[in-house]
Amino acid sequence: MERALRDKKAILFFVLPALIWFVAIALLPVLQSVRYSLLKWDGITQGKYVGLANYTELLGDGLFWNALWHSLILAGASVFIQLPISMLLAMILVNGVKGETLYRNIFFVPVIISSSVIANLWMKVYHPSYGLLNTLLGNLGLTAWQHEWLGSTDSALIACFVPMVWQYIGYHMLLYYSSAKAISEDILEAARVDGANKRQMVFSIIIPQIVPMIKASVIFAIIGSLKSFDMIQILTKGGPVHASEVPSLMMYINIFTTRRYGYASAIAIFIIVECLVFTLLVQRVFGRWQND
Amino acid sequence: MKMKANKNLLKTRTSPVMTVFLVLVALIQLFPLYWMFMFSLKDNKEIFGANPMGLPRAWQWGNYSKIFTAGNMGLYLLNSVIVTASTILLTLLLSAMATYAIVRMKWKLSKLVYNIFLVGMMLSVQAVMLPLYINLQPILSTHWALILPYVAFAMPQAILLMVGSLEALPKEMEEAAFIDGANIYRLFYVIILPMLAPILSTVAILTFLSSWNEYMLALVFISTDKLKTVTVGVNDMVGKYSTKWGVVGAGLTVATLPTLIMYALLSKNITNSLAMGAVKG
Repeated sequence: MERALRDKKAILFFVLPALIWFVAIALLPVLQSVRYSLLKWDGITQGKYVGLANYTELLGDGLFWNALWHSLILAGASVFIQLPISMLLAMILVNGVKGETLYRNIFFVPVIISSSVIANLWMKVYHPSYGLLNTLLGNLGLTAWQHEWLGSTDSALIACFVPMVWQYIGYHMLLYYSSAKAISEDILEAARVDGANKRQMVFSIIIPQIVPMIKASVIFAIIGSLKSFDMIQILTKGGPVHASEVPSLMMYINIFTTRRYGYASAIAIFIIVECLVFTLLVQRVFGRWQND
Repeated sequence: MKMKANKNLLKTRTSPVMTVFLVLVALIQLFPLYWMFMFSLKDNKEIFGANPMGLPRAWQWGNYSKIFTAGNMGLYLLNSVIVTASTILLTLLLSAMATYAIVRMKWKLSKLVYNIFLVGMMLSVQAVMLPLYINLQPILSTHWALILPYVAFAMPQAILLMVGSLEALPKEMEEAAFIDGANIYRLFYVIILPMLAPILSTVAILTFLSSWNEYMLALVFISTDKLKTVTVGVNDMVGKYSTKWGVVGAGLTVATLPTLIMYALLSKNITNSLAMGAVKG
């Protein structure tokens, strides 16, 4: 058996297909992106090495800061609006409500639907003349509030964010709910014996127990926001006049519209570095919190 | 006070305020989907004036036949099935093989190879979109243009989950099989794969959701209409029929049904899988 488990040929047979596939399709292309980001290149003629010029241009590009700012607002909205709603729902459900499973399943339904369907549906919700939103406002006698949600610079960004927050409330709820359900009965029983009330139960027992899951969910919410693409690409294409542009969309436009491959690659590299930095940052913040 | 049999963490009654809140959120989560389903069965006259929210007065099932005859919905669904099924099978097989070598076999670089896969957890499609678009030019008019990256990006999490699972399993069965003279390839197929079945189903569900719903690469890599998957296909169709809301609604509903049916059948497995994927994320 020892010999069979050291058999070089067998090891290669088991590990090489996955390793080659992964390295060739996921890992090496990242390095390729790094190389492209140092070029001035339209994808047709020979690329020209320009050093860090794309990155310095990026940092001085008002449109990029605009897009980056939008993705950060989305991250903020996810963490400070979406996650608290998810947490509230999870804590109510965990508390044992009649129809607990039904509610949980209903809240979760939008999560499994593709963002392309959700985006196209919300496009109809926002339709200026016949959309669900303006129709509802009209029925409520709030015609003054009716608005061209996706077509106005003052509302396009928010209008793109609402369906994203809406779609994933159920996901984060599920994460909190399932980790709260996994808390051992001993801990809960001990707290009950000590006479903890509902509020104390949630804040002093359950939430501290699920901090690792909260950390994971904050990281998912932030990274998902920084990389957001699908919903905005369908709803507004970043418009009107860049009002809802985000970095991924800017990268896409730089590849397929203006054909600035080098610049687009610099944006791609910026996005993954940014995501890494935020992941480490969140881990540090939570590390502090857990140590307190 | 009535105690519930299931694990009720706080053992207290729900206040009416909480119930109202839950019902309100449930309505907000479901209403757009209800509305979509309703307008998929109406004509524009009803949607735009007479009856925008209620049940259809004249049920327009024709909207549904239209997306299959005039639109290419059947083809888009088929493409999604081909791409998703291939992605799931290849991800399961390759990841399980790599997992076996990493966890059970004895070689020096095992830890390093595992860490290389883990790096993948931090990558995103954004970082490889342009290079792959260039590298995969020769196969951009095949299903492989999507299967290759979908599998590559599904493997890191799959391997992470499977390694955790296999490490926790006892080795006795394998040892017995070796004593009985089974060779390592057969042992993998007859013993390891069945033992990993629970985690394989988790990975299959996670891979199904991510590849069935993937939009960005599908948008960029597939330009011929006959190869489009549902996410991009339905988006095109909505653009083509943008004034015929009933047809749009039917397209969106059909694009949603496969995942909804899956969810109805496997809701417990799906929610457990996603929660598990997150813990190990």
